Amino acid sequence: MSEEIKLLKGNEAIAHAAIRYGADGYFGYPITPQSEIMETLMTLKPWESTGMVVLQAESEVAAINMVYGGAGSGKAVMTSSSSPGVSLKQEGMSYLAGTELPALIVNVMRGGPGLGTIQPSQADYFQAVKGGGHGDYKVITLAPSSVQEMADFVYLGFDLAFKYRNPAIILADGIIGQMMEKVILPPVRPRRTEEEIRTQCPWALQGKPKGRKPNILTSLELSPAVMEDNNLRFQAKYREIEKNEVRYEAIDCDDADYIIVAFGSLARICLKAQEMAREEGIKVGILRPITLWPFPSDVIAEYAKRVKGIISIELNAGQMVEDIRLAVNGAIDVKFYGRLGGIVPTPDEILEVIKKEYIK
Amino acid sequence: MDIKDIIKPENIVYEKPRLMNDNPMHYCPGCSHGVVHKIVAELVDEMGLEEKTIGIAPVGCAVFAYNYLDIDWIEAAHGRAPAVATAIKRLNPDKFVFTYQGDGDLAAIGTAETIHACNRGENIVIIFINNGIYGMTGGQMAPTTLLGMKTSTCPYGRTPELNGFPLKISNILAQLDGTCYITRQSVHNAAAIRKTKAAIKKAIENSMAKKGTSLVEVVSTCNAGWKKTPDEANKWMVENMFEKYPLGDIKNTVDE
Amino acid sequence: MNKMKKEIIVAGFGGQGILSLGKILAHAGLIEGKEITWMPSYGPEQRGGTANVTVILSDDRISSPVLNSYDVVVVLNQPSLDRFEKDVKPGGTIIYDSYGIRHTPTRKDINIYRIDAMDEAIEMGNARAFNMLVLGGILKVCPVVSTESIVNSLKESLAVRLHSLIPENEKAILHGMEIIKAEQEI
Repeated sequence: MSEEIKLLKGNEAIAHAAIRYGADGYFGYPITPQSEIMETLMTLKPWESTGMVVLQAESEVAAINMVYGGAGSGKAVMTSSSSPGVSLKQEGMSYLAGTELPALIVNVMRGGPGLGTIQPSQADYFQAVKGGGHGDYKVITLAPSSVQEMADFVYLGFDLAFKYRNPAIILADGIIGQMMEKVILPPVRPRRTEEEIRTQCPWALQGKPKGRKPNILTSLELSPAVMEDNNLRFQAKYREIEKNEVRYEAIDCDDADYIIVAFGSLARICLKAQEMAREEGIKVGILRPITLWPFPSDVIAEYAKRVKGIISIELNAGQMVEDIRLAVNGAIDVKFYGRLGGIVPTPDEILEVIKKEYIK
Repeated sequence: MDIKDIIKPENIVYEKPRLMNDNPMHYCPGCSHGVVHKIVAELVDEMGLEEKTIGIAPVGCAVFAYNYLDIDWIEAAHGRAPAVATAIKRLNPDKFVFTYQGDGDLAAIGTAETIHACNRGENIVIIFINNGIYGMTGGQMAPTTLLGMKTSTCPYGRTPELNGFPLKISNILAQLDGTCYITRQSVHNAAAIRKTKAAIKKAIENSMAKKGTSLVEVVSTCNAGWKKTPDEANKWMVENMFEKYPLGDIKNTVDE
Repeated sequence: MNKMKKEIIVAGFGGQGILSLGKILAHAGLIEGKEITWMPSYGPEQRGGTANVTVILSDDRISSPVLNSYDVVVVLNQPSLDRFEKDVKPGGTIIYDSYGIRHTPTRKDINIYRIDAMDEAIEMGNARAFNMLVLGGILKVCPVVSTESIVNSLKESLAVRLHSLIPENEKAILHGMEIIKAEQEI
């Protein structure tokens, strides 16, 4: 089946896209503001059409470990949650990274810390891009800013996860999860056959045929020398991902005096502020990282040489701004503006910030 | 008669199971794990399941089970083996999927996963080694530690006031509609080993026939953790553990 | 041809059918090939507290789903009127339902329309017609999509088991177009 146009919530788009991608399994636990993902899957009953397994687990912990098992058998499996639930999944994500298993995790962020609020937030940036659980590892982090990208990044996330045998996160927020937009659902792909899994994922658990060595998936290694080698192999892979997979969108940056760096829903709000600024003759551009890890450091460093100011605007107390400052390495003063606790700034508010910071 | 005249296939009375490899085991001499490993290796081979078997290793002494049995394995986070097994079996319904877990893994940190996998009636086999102690980390109290039993975290003996009571988790799991076969066995003598092998075989048959969850608890010794010789440990187990954890089938809806 | 873009907010109590009103409007936009963003206030507040939905229809890519001013503001209770009147763009439009309203809009630089949709729904003995009456009023003063698209949108937005209610809804929409009254046109 080819593309299909629908009006969907971001959460619903994730569910539709997962089925169309040919995902083998979804394991989740309800939490606001992302419960529509599992609700939509359960309503669509993909086990009757594609054979996809959908299961409500007893906890987020169980769900991520189901993902770990499913991924171990070479299947395209995913889970979704929101901030408090994603904290619970961090152990499992560390195991996925340490065992080098592909999986897709969706975090529709809400404000924290603790039980926090159900309103949108970007306060899990550090958790996503710096690893999140124990150990030195990285998770490919995609930040959608539209319902269309919610759907598209299911495909991209799974593809990258399998390409690098590494977990990938879709780091969305309550706005993207809850809003409805027109979305062109990508073409349907069939689920992979056992034979395809055997060839594409020779490491997968399928039962050991006579003549093949057992496939053993573990992150445990008690020999420090071997464990260091394992870590060096992971790090080499991460450098490869950083080289190949950086994605971003630059809007009106080339003639800009000032660049706003923002991701996800907030990039959209900043875009409106940017349009308003341009109408007033203030040359503002938007740099929207699409991959938060790998981070578009090089392009930001390049712009830092040309512009008068860079400001990071986030729904947190200042997280991505640290990566921007590392990227520009002191070449320019990087400013920050953030709202906390589920408050979302309006375009007006952002325009005022730009004026206050730069147009004295 | 030369020794070479004796070593002939027709004279074989015992051989190492084909699926057990030559890696030296890290288990302490006298530990029950080796015997249960051997039973699993024999059954997978005898039942022709080698190409269908996926094992889930726990955290605990059996974390290294994958080093000894030549089948496909995945090592789970502490307590999560039943969740891992759930997905593998649901995504690969024709495979034989089993977890191999100790008492801390199954009945403490993994209680939720254990209960819910059993309650969903996942078509998996759970092999549960209950030796009443945490062996791998050096002899701390387990949920199944007997009252009065000394461990490094209840050095004066387990008391109900401080530590609660020994958890008979198999009896709890037998209450769940998803389980079809719950049995408690041991491997301290030849007769017990034969019974345990028959029990695990039945559990495997249940899982392949999609009858629900089967669990075989093996009341075991940890002579190192119990600070006893293997022989003393066996005697202590018979005299003390069997009273709290009596052997026999707890639930069997398949043969009813 | 001029590029079209309309930014609309509908605000009131949870349970007034505000989110589905917005959804039907958004679906009609989809049918007409427009870019659409439908952004609800979400959470437990949908079940009884205040609720609102922003619907943006545009020929071009839509930037922010969160706005500080609107072309059309539809307020269905006093708190929403108090909260959103100031956010109507100069020259824009406010539509209010008169039920329970003590302070009517006062701005001089906007179009003000009143719709007695709640009274009418009570009169009709059909409380569920309320949001469709309001939708009709919106379409009358801001014909952002065609009535035909709205009717087709009902089929898309309503569950199949509710399709028998489509004629009733259609009637309510048309009736809403009749009962909306201009109080101030600039």
